[in-house]
Amino acid sequence: MMETAIAVVAGAGMLAGALVAVMGREVVTAVIAAGVVSLLASILYLLLSAPDVAMTEAAIGSGLTTVIFLFVLHRIRQVTEPGELNEKEIRESQDGA
Amino acid sequence: MVRKLGILLVVLSVGGILGLLFAAYTPVTELSGPAAHYARHGAEELGSANLVTAVVVTYRGLDTLGEVVVLFLAATVIGLLLRNAGGERGAAGLPPSEILSTGAALLAPLVILLGVFIFLHGHLTPGGGFQGGAVIAVAALLQMLGKPGTRSSGRILHLVESVSGLTYLALGILGIFLAGGFLDNRILDTGIPGRLVSAGAIPIIYSLIGLKVGTELAGILGGLRGEAGGRNLEESPHD
Amino acid sequence: MIEVITLAAGFLLILIGLYAILARRHILRMIIGFSVFDTGLHVVMVSLGSIRGRTAPIVDDAVPAIQAINRVADPVPQALVLTAIVIGLGITALMLTFALRMARSRRSLDIRSYKDLKW
Repeated sequence: MMETAIAVVAGAGMLAGALVAVMGREVVTAVIAAGVVSLLASILYLLLSAPDVAMTEAAIGSGLTTVIFLFVLHRIRQVTEPGELNEKEIRESQDGA
Repeated sequence: MVRKLGILLVVLSVGGILGLLFAAYTPVTELSGPAAHYARHGAEELGSANLVTAVVVTYRGLDTLGEVVVLFLAATVIGLLLRNAGGERGAAGLPPSEILSTGAALLAPLVILLGVFIFLHGHLTPGGGFQGGAVIAVAALLQMLGKPGTRSSGRILHLVESVSGLTYLALGILGIFLAGGFLDNRILDTGIPGRLVSAGAIPIIYSLIGLKVGTELAGILGGLRGEAGGRNLEESPHD
Repeated sequence: MIEVITLAAGFLLILIGLYAILARRHILRMIIGFSVFDTGLHVVMVSLGSIRGRTAPIVDDAVPAIQAINRVADPVPQALVLTAIVIGLGITALMLTFALRMARSRRSLDIRSYKDLKW
């Protein structure tokens, strides 16, 4: 009973995080939300009797992947103009294309 | 407009297929096939208490070898593409605060110790080479963040990585001559499951995999960070 | 019950990731969508191998070797997902490297500005 409740809460949190990662307005928010999805998936792996996979997902999925994204985002920001990274501007300026 | 309709069509059709699969799903109740053999004989045949480790290193050892090769390939290509890195305009960011640099200096050796513990005990507790390697890469990351100016000795990292990979292959080939086949772990004595010195060559193989994965991920992180104060100081505006 | 819940969550993550890959024009958002797709796939694979009421596949005092076949979950999908997670990280790092090179060559991250292969 308790495990089912935790699984439902973690699953709902995972889906909410995935929606934020896909629809969020800032790229940094989307990257952090993807890390949160991996973290909640790691909790689900524990409930599914897979401790090895839970350790790997927590270390690699939610730790190293987020850091790699942020490193590359920092370097890209030094190279592109400031307006390029805002999704809303891209959508509004090229809507007819 | 056509594009949006096309996307909706693709997502709905894939969703329909997944829905059909979900409706036809009945939960498994018994182990069967190879899994039953691994569960029944894994501990006594190979001497490893962790069945997932037994499957990863010995029963499905070729998959792990392929994974190590793919990771090596990815790290090599990343190093190749970012070779002329650095020199982009703009500073490397704010200097780290006192808490970060002191904390990183204190924590990095402990994190390395934790990583070594994880991959040395891969055959006894949940864990193993990949988890230990990721933890070691986190220790390297802490060092990178806490003291940004340090030149990581790329030569030692590459040396450790290459030597670990070659030794892993050599142990696998030894398995052909001394035991049942390629990557068999019975070249050393299997011992009693549950002891630290048991499971034949599994601790050695997993330690090598852990070192290789750890140094590879640390190299990838260093290459992607590519700081102006690091290795490459030349300006290269064109590719 | 738990396997059914996680299976459904995994399938929905796959659909959300697929939508992000197809519908977004910003390269980094496509890569984030790929990462979410990957996570969903792994959740599906592990939940297919999990059996209700059974424990982790480790043989020790709590689960002696004789009873292992009746009391542990399936170790094979867990082993495959273990390597898949590490490979997913390698592929994501490779994609981000390509995105960095593309941004440096064209100064833009919108995939519509890369028209070299269009007819």
